[in-house]
Amino acid sequence: MATVNFRDATRVYPGADHPSVDKLNLEIGDGEFMVLVGPSGCGKSTSLRMLAGLEEINQGSIYIGDRDVTDLPPKDRDIAMVFQNYALYPHMTVGDNMGFALKMAGVSKTERQTRVAEAAKLLGLEDFLNRKPKALSGGQRQRVAMGRAIVRSPQVFLMDEPLSNLDAKLRVSTRTQIAALQTRLGVTTVYVTHDQVEAMTMGDRVAVLKDGLLQQCDTPLNLYDKPRNLFVAGFIGSPAMNLIEGKVSADGIHIGDYVVPVPRETLARASNEQNLMLGIRPENFTLGEANDGIGIDVAVVEELGADAFLYGTVAGLHEDERLTANQITARISGRTPPQRGTTVRLRIDPEHVHVFSKASGDRISPDNAR
Amino acid sequence: MPRFLSVKPDTRLITLPWSTPLAEWPTDTLVALPRGISRHVVRFVRVGREVYAVKEVIEHLARHEFSLLRDLERLDTPSVEAVGVVVGRVDPHGEPLDPVLVTRHLQFSLPYRSLFTRGVRQDTVNRLVDAMVVLIARLHLIGFLWGDVSLSNTLFRRDAGSFAAYLVDAETGELHDKLTHGQREHDLQIARTNLFGEFCDLEAGGLLDEALDPQVLVETIESRYRELWNELTEVEEFSGTEMHRIDSRVRRLNALGFDVAELDITTDFAGSTIRIQPKVVDAGHHQRRLLRLTGLDTEENQARRLLNDLDYFRALTDQQGADESIVAHQWLTDRFESVVNSVPSDLRGKLEPAEVFHEVLEHRWFASERAGREVPLEDATQSYMRTVLGSLPDEKIALSSMASMGPLANPYDPSQGYDDDEETAPYDPWEDDEAAAEDDAAAVPAGFLDIAALRARAGQG
Repeated sequence: MATVNFRDATRVYPGADHPSVDKLNLEIGDGEFMVLVGPSGCGKSTSLRMLAGLEEINQGSIYIGDRDVTDLPPKDRDIAMVFQNYALYPHMTVGDNMGFALKMAGVSKTERQTRVAEAAKLLGLEDFLNRKPKALSGGQRQRVAMGRAIVRSPQVFLMDEPLSNLDAKLRVSTRTQIAALQTRLGVTTVYVTHDQVEAMTMGDRVAVLKDGLLQQCDTPLNLYDKPRNLFVAGFIGSPAMNLIEGKVSADGIHIGDYVVPVPRETLARASNEQNLMLGIRPENFTLGEANDGIGIDVAVVEELGADAFLYGTVAGLHEDERLTANQITARISGRTPPQRGTTVRLRIDPEHVHVFSKASGDRISPDNAR
Repeated sequence: MPRFLSVKPDTRLITLPWSTPLAEWPTDTLVALPRGISRHVVRFVRVGREVYAVKEVIEHLARHEFSLLRDLERLDTPSVEAVGVVVGRVDPHGEPLDPVLVTRHLQFSLPYRSLFTRGVRQDTVNRLVDAMVVLIARLHLIGFLWGDVSLSNTLFRRDAGSFAAYLVDAETGELHDKLTHGQREHDLQIARTNLFGEFCDLEAGGLLDEALDPQVLVETIESRYRELWNELTEVEEFSGTEMHRIDSRVRRLNALGFDVAELDITTDFAGSTIRIQPKVVDAGHHQRRLLRLTGLDTEENQARRLLNDLDYFRALTDQQGADESIVAHQWLTDRFESVVNSVPSDLRGKLEPAEVFHEVLEHRWFASERAGREVPLEDATQSYMRTVLGSLPDEKIALSSMASMGPLANPYDPSQGYDDDEETAPYDPWEDDEAAAEDDAAAVPAGFLDIAALRARAGQG
């Protein structure tokens, strides 16, 4: 087991005008489950491949434990790429399917059996060890594939979108299994996904990347409650955080005919910006009375059991403004949802308002807001 | 309604039972051909005289593989031909079915499971290993990271006594401008593991000759790859008095079947040290020459063999000074076509024309040795057709070699292994959990982030 350290690690593809990964600094703790997430082209896979030794590092370095692996070939890094493109060999037992790579590496038969038995116990496959894989279910096959990586007992597991080849059902169950296994094994794991829900439910910490730059690396709850910038705010959370532009006044920010109260000290940190961005999570809205709250023209109401999702735009906008206005999403109680076509007021507790600079995109509100 | 994405559509494919999961297709549309193992459901279907391989796979992978196979074709790399992707499949209850990738079955191809059988000669194994190594190196030269190098993902074709390997599965592939050292090492590492697993599987199924050791086989593949890669790309340094080494390097590469399109030559100031490095090498040195001269499209070693015979023909007919393309045309009609056209129509499916020609030349050589005189080509041809060709297995579509694969549980799916009955499956507690997890998953809309659950978990932690 080991820590993993990216130190100013940079990858520039030949002919590219900007780095695919730009001075990445990331410290991954021993036994930690770190998820790299971001949209396509953000550099998450490249970062993983730099760690795996598949991509050259043009500047900076990468350490596994206290070993500088920057220039080591993949096979000398003591890592295991958890390979989801597994084929199970029909004539070999489940046990041999898990342990054959150890045989290739010259590990003794007794040692192999011990490691395979341990992995099988962990994976609930003990009773299957002497059987052929023919009758295994999709989930069981996945577990045999995980077993192959586990028996190698590497210092670090690397997983690059391991669930992308699976259908939706198997994806949810395998997600839970990988996370549970990682906790029990305690092996440092770096996991790449484009799916923020997957990232948030699996990772001890999540590193959000965009355009090759690390935006924020934090626990899932901190990412959700204290997004460091507009990108993280909009990327993390489903449905996404509402991001609304408003004009600054003495005691808050104007949205339509309503002034969202914002503490003066927060506003003071917005160096002379006329307009700021407000971030409000859909579940932090409640239906308000009379003039209390942001006026919203309701376009669609979607009832989902105890809750309802309300979609609309800020009320009182001109026709041309409405076309370009962001859609507002609110999650409210489903007992008495408003009708579409009506105008409602949505209240927000000041502590749940996130304020961002429009110019830099950086968070302005203090970290105790959520 | 299913949608067909295709460049060269075969309308007969449209009537196939797309609303049925592939695993349940009626057997009258299927052909049981030997093939490697696969995670997906794969079947061969016969449509008229064509055979297609169809693979059920999720949509983004189907589209990815379709476009990669087309790229490989464009780059003239030996790979199967992508025919199309069928999306939008639904079963009679309206449930969606996974899309299907359709590729054309490679005629005269042999999967490893029908080649590495009991009694296979060490020499044949070496040739198969060499073919695999050449394929990996060719893919790496064009910047293709296979990601899943394996025998199951490869097909072999006979090539004048050797073999030519073709890529069958590009699902995990990536096309880059140039591969890094680490990427090539990664592919090799995967190759080692997969091939070792496949050889062990053949061993466990009693299909590998006892004289063959999986460990030695994978080590050979790795060392041969390194030798070939070095020859193709390595820097060579020598003194200015050894200029002939430039020519030797090019000749060695030609002998390996590669053309040097760009050679980087640098000298020091005094011109006493020369440094050369091939920058661009293209496979198919002999193939291209034969194609240019005769229009015949063959494998590399077949081309080499045919070109040798063309040279011999030229000497025989005393035309060394004549225009090469004119002699080639004569050779084509007088020798090649006369041999190939004498194959009786019922034996046309045995071997490819170029392979038949190669075999006839071999046959003639042995016959001449025995007779102590040169046996005329016509006589050797007749004798070969009479005594050899008829007894060979039909390889256009290699059905017969299925027999060597043992009693399969499902003749259409070798991934299922043998038909050895096992008692009912043991209890698996995880599958119970899985059922519960599925219920939970059904309650939450897909892609919804359950932040309350996260908070609860963090609180517990």
